[in-house]
Amino acid sequence: MKDLLTIDQLGADGIREIMVTSDSFAEVCQRPIPKVPALRGKTVALMFFENSTRTRTSFETAAKRLSADIMNFSAASSSVNKGESLRDTVETIEAMGVDAVVVRHGSSGAPQQISRWAASSVINAGDGWHAHPTQALLDVYTIREEGRSFEGLHIAIVGDIAHSRVARSNIEAFRLLGAEVTVVAPPTLLPPHVEALGAKVSNDLDAVLNDTDVLYLLRMQHERMDQALVPSLGEYHRAFGLTPERARRLSDSALIMHPGPMNRGIEISPEVIDDPRVRVLNQVTNGVIVRMAVLYLVIGSAAADRAAS
Amino acid sequence: MQDADLRGPRAVAFSRDTMRRFVPRTEVLNAADIARAIKRMAHEILERNSGLDDVVIVGLERGGVPIAEALGEALESIEGIAVPVGSVDASFHRDDISTTSILPEVTRIPFSVSDKHVVLCDDVLFTGRTVRAALDAVTDFGRPRSIQLAVMVDRGHRELPIRPDYIGKNLPTGRDEMVRVSLESVELGSRVPLDEGTGTGDQT
Repeated sequence: MKDLLTIDQLGADGIREIMVTSDSFAEVCQRPIPKVPALRGKTVALMFFENSTRTRTSFETAAKRLSADIMNFSAASSSVNKGESLRDTVETIEAMGVDAVVVRHGSSGAPQQISRWAASSVINAGDGWHAHPTQALLDVYTIREEGRSFEGLHIAIVGDIAHSRVARSNIEAFRLLGAEVTVVAPPTLLPPHVEALGAKVSNDLDAVLNDTDVLYLLRMQHERMDQALVPSLGEYHRAFGLTPERARRLSDSALIMHPGPMNRGIEISPEVIDDPRVRVLNQVTNGVIVRMAVLYLVIGSAAADRAAS
Repeated sequence: MQDADLRGPRAVAFSRDTMRRFVPRTEVLNAADIARAIKRMAHEILERNSGLDDVVIVGLERGGVPIAEALGEALESIEGIAVPVGSVDASFHRDDISTTSILPEVTRIPFSVSDKHVVLCDDVLFTGRTVRAALDAVTDFGRPRSIQLAVMVDRGHRELPIRPDYIGKNLPTGRDEMVRVSLESVELGSRVPLDEGTGTGDQT
């Protein structure tokens, strides 16, 4: 498989292949020298048309631990500002000689479009409201690391489902592995045809808490207030935030996750952030590990295809 | 499907097994021969290192790991001292990523290799490229006093200046032939596409 664009393209076995490979890289990251020469001589271009410090840093760290060279490209300081088309930008970067392009773009479908033009591997680092496959993979790894089986696991995803690529990719991944997903949000933050996601739908966090094994909180974007989709941040917090009172009702073995960056006092109360069930920093650590596995498998698989043909 | 099932001869999203199967022709060693070879190699290791002080064993994933474990048990039964046994996957140190066709295993070296005599074990020594990669992988963990190489079968065709210190069996082979090693048997045979032949899928 040359590209990683969505979770669906992987299927359950593809996800498991990445998990098994991630186990090996988790060990590499524990070594005194957490670096291997697996991608020596390969170049990874990081093309971020939309700002994202943590995803970019995570990919950059992953590529460096694999000994790849990195080409950094950010739209803000590039010819995109001078009116260059996406295709011209991609072809220019490719002409410099890259093996993989990691793309973050504000428009849904941009990485798919780029993969049609590019001979190198394309990895989707988040496109519009569409998909964020490596986030879903690191979240799967984080739950799997706890020794949890996904079969029958109850996962509640809380927040702005309508505008969230994280929600979409995570629902796909969790469902492929056999988990039962419930999305929890006010009706204004649910997408049209929400039932097409294959998740149960609830508008009442308190009603699902008792039965939740993994509570996944999404980041609340401030611009949603301007669009009048929620009355106020305080109101959102009261209805959908993880308050100390709700945290007490969550079972002791439950996991609390968040893709970051967290809005303290909105999705989660400051008092709950240090709760031992919170896995936010594990998610960050695992992000590097899983992205190492993705870069290794995608670039290796493309090289093997070239060698075979 | 369990995670372990992903490692067989199959192709999913990324693993690119060559989809060939091994067809055995002759059994070169049987289980008793292999047990005797392991015992002899264990004695050679003791002789060469004047005992087990500072000796550690590292098996090369995947075929070398059972050999390493068997050598560890043989050494313990002779000397009465447990010897540390670990495993290393050399995939990330290979010189050509397009040849890494199987999902990697987890490297487990839960002891220090610094100033130790590391006995690296593999099932079959062929081109020497895997051993080359494994030398780099092991030295990432520290600076051993020496690294020695034990193999169940040396089948020739080296492409690098690497030679084994302990050999179960020297087995002259053709380049296209294949050797399959377990603790039960060493078989010489050939590799054919999946739709031909009747053997079971395996590699080496």
